[in-house]
Amino acid sequence: MSSIALPRIRMRDQRESLRPFALATPLLLLLFFSFGAPILALLSRAVYEPTIANALPRTIAALRADSGAGVPDEPVFLAFAADLKEAQAQGGVQEFAKSLNTRLSGARSQVLRIARNAGQDQAPSKEAMIKAAPLLGEPRFWAAIRQGANRFTSFFLLSAFDLRWTDQGTIGAVPADQAVFVRVFGRTFLIATIVTLSTLALAFPLAYLMNNLRPAIAGIVLVLVLLPFWTSILVRTAAWTVILQKYGLLNDLLLWLGLTSQRLELMYSRTGLIIAMTHIQLPFTLLPIYSVMRSVPPSQLRAAQSLGAQPFTAFWRVYLPQVMPGVLAGCLLTFILCLGYYITPVLIGGASDQLISNFIANYVNAELNWEMAAALSFVLLASTLGLYVTMTRFLGLDLFKMG
Amino acid sequence: MNGLRRTTLLGLAGAALISQPQTAGAEELTVMATGGAWQAALHQAWFEPFAKKTGIKFNEQEYTGELGKIKAMVETGNVPIDLVTVETSTVLQGCDAGVLIHLDYSKIADRSKFLPGTALDCGVGIDVYGDVLAYDTTVLKEGPTSVLDIFDTKKFPGKRAMRKAAAQNLEWALMADGVPAADVYKVLGTPEGVDRAFKKLDTIKKDLVWWDAGAQPPQLLASKEVVMTTAWNGRIQSAIDHDNRPFAIAWNDQIVEFDMISIPKGAENLDLAYKYLAYAAEPEVSAHLGSYIPYGPVRADAASFVPKDVLPKLPTAPDHMKTYLVSDVEFWGDHGEDLIKRFNAWLAQ
Repeated sequence: MSSIALPRIRMRDQRESLRPFALATPLLLLLFFSFGAPILALLSRAVYEPTIANALPRTIAALRADSGAGVPDEPVFLAFAADLKEAQAQGGVQEFAKSLNTRLSGARSQVLRIARNAGQDQAPSKEAMIKAAPLLGEPRFWAAIRQGANRFTSFFLLSAFDLRWTDQGTIGAVPADQAVFVRVFGRTFLIATIVTLSTLALAFPLAYLMNNLRPAIAGIVLVLVLLPFWTSILVRTAAWTVILQKYGLLNDLLLWLGLTSQRLELMYSRTGLIIAMTHIQLPFTLLPIYSVMRSVPPSQLRAAQSLGAQPFTAFWRVYLPQVMPGVLAGCLLTFILCLGYYITPVLIGGASDQLISNFIANYVNAELNWEMAAALSFVLLASTLGLYVTMTRFLGLDLFKMG
Repeated sequence: MNGLRRTTLLGLAGAALISQPQTAGAEELTVMATGGAWQAALHQAWFEPFAKKTGIKFNEQEYTGELGKIKAMVETGNVPIDLVTVETSTVLQGCDAGVLIHLDYSKIADRSKFLPGTALDCGVGIDVYGDVLAYDTTVLKEGPTSVLDIFDTKKFPGKRAMRKAAAQNLEWALMADGVPAADVYKVLGTPEGVDRAFKKLDTIKKDLVWWDAGAQPPQLLASKEVVMTTAWNGRIQSAIDHDNRPFAIAWNDQIVEFDMISIPKGAENLDLAYKYLAYAAEPEVSAHLGSYIPYGPVRADAASFVPKDVLPKLPTAPDHMKTYLVSDVEFWGDHGEDLIKRFNAWLAQ
């Protein structure tokens, strides 16, 4: 009997466990097609950049046949001229020139000049081409071409860490005056840490207070916290510019109270940025702490004290461990959201307070270098996920169990 | 099960609604410009008269002047924009990235009639503007006379604002350091020249505030956040003329630039777009804009159509052209990416 029934039960169990997934399929598909796939497609640009390889099939073949490193021989130059002529005819030469210019500053106009000459059917020769475009006589030009010949590239990911392939084929640092991203990543994490700690310093006492107030008054306080939360982040940021500017409310107030003798420079400064971000992030830190605090019975603290614990010991040994998941969840939420701040640094931060999102936006919008933007996004996403995994694994925090 | 089927049907109906092709009404031209006082002037000077003349409806949109949005449209093959105004350096970028089409000048106007550098492959000039220095006359009784005075923190102490960009600022830094206007780009093309420019900028770095959008300089002056700021001349003039602000402009050593208009790749109403470009390039029409915002025409033969009271406000007025520099687009196409990166690294220090 049982030998026949068992498989049937197992099948039914499997079907039962699949059913929730079947119900969620439309949502999962929507998530994949509207969220997952575009992100993957964009991130893939960080490592896949075929422009140079597509534009120069002959040159790359000739380079393979060429003997050594450095400046190649005549056949490669002829192949290069032929490739550019075809690219010029098909209208793709400028895309190639821009792509090469990313790797080698100043290459753009020289490549376009060679392409124009090739289009005019001037008989090309190595000597004439180097004369028209001196960069072609330098090893670094051909090093850039050789690197670009590979459709899969580490150039952009290395750039995101201020690194590059040197001419000797090793990985080295970029020149100091071009090194910007490591510092910006560091700054992003620093500001996120400061804002997280500031919100925690404000949110923990407030949550504790709300928990001990009469429900009616606690409700009013909660609404006061939530009201700004329901206002658009742009509006709140703009409001802070009104408050923080040199002839703004805060400076007027400080002068009137006699606390300062001259107007403070709060706008376009890190102080202003941290004040505004702390205000915007406060509810994100507060609400998880508050919800966990509510689930801790107040009688436990009284019980601890009646058993002889000092108030601080009772708080430290009984209360805090129980609300710790809420504290960690709130801090993690705020920290991760801070990593992606864009509009507040733009409007309130100074030039040296721009975060990594601002650089990503600049590469997407202004410089049209989506490969670099993808590489920076990848590093940001990977570090965020890494942080999340670390927090959940090693600190025993499970956000999925929080609800 | 019934509920499920109903949901599916609703979903399909929704999808059908979304994918329904847009019904074409009257002829319509969608143009995207960078907003503010400038777009309002474009509307009055050109869009509205053209719409009246031809019966073509204008659909105006605004954007920040950065081509990322249009690149995304072109890559997804859905380009609901027919014309877009861009800065000169952006035209070059859009050309290189395959985002803007190469214009067919036989459908617009004789290319030789335009001022040098205003009829580019992927964009045709619409106006001439100046990057100048502006200040509040009630704050600075004895104001600066040259843009380069922004580097003089002894005579003019206090915060000053510049555009958060490498272009123009590096040129001015070199000029303030004694490089003649004619040699600026030659010097800036060398590593030593770049070092020299940044060294000069270093001298005022702690006094600088940075602006992004063209509407910010008048606000920075009005809120007295800064004592002087670089600006586009039209935005300042507009604040003087329409908002009665006590601002003034220092014209010497201005950098002359051009606004351009381009057609994005894949624009649906190509013929209409060309029709508009041909209209706006007519000498008399091209002089209209100056009456609404003090930017000059890009055609030499249009100068005689500019109203007499507008002329002295233009960047091209003889009084304003004593010393000036014309922005070199090709230079920025070549060195822009590296200089911008270095500028950002410099800002972050």
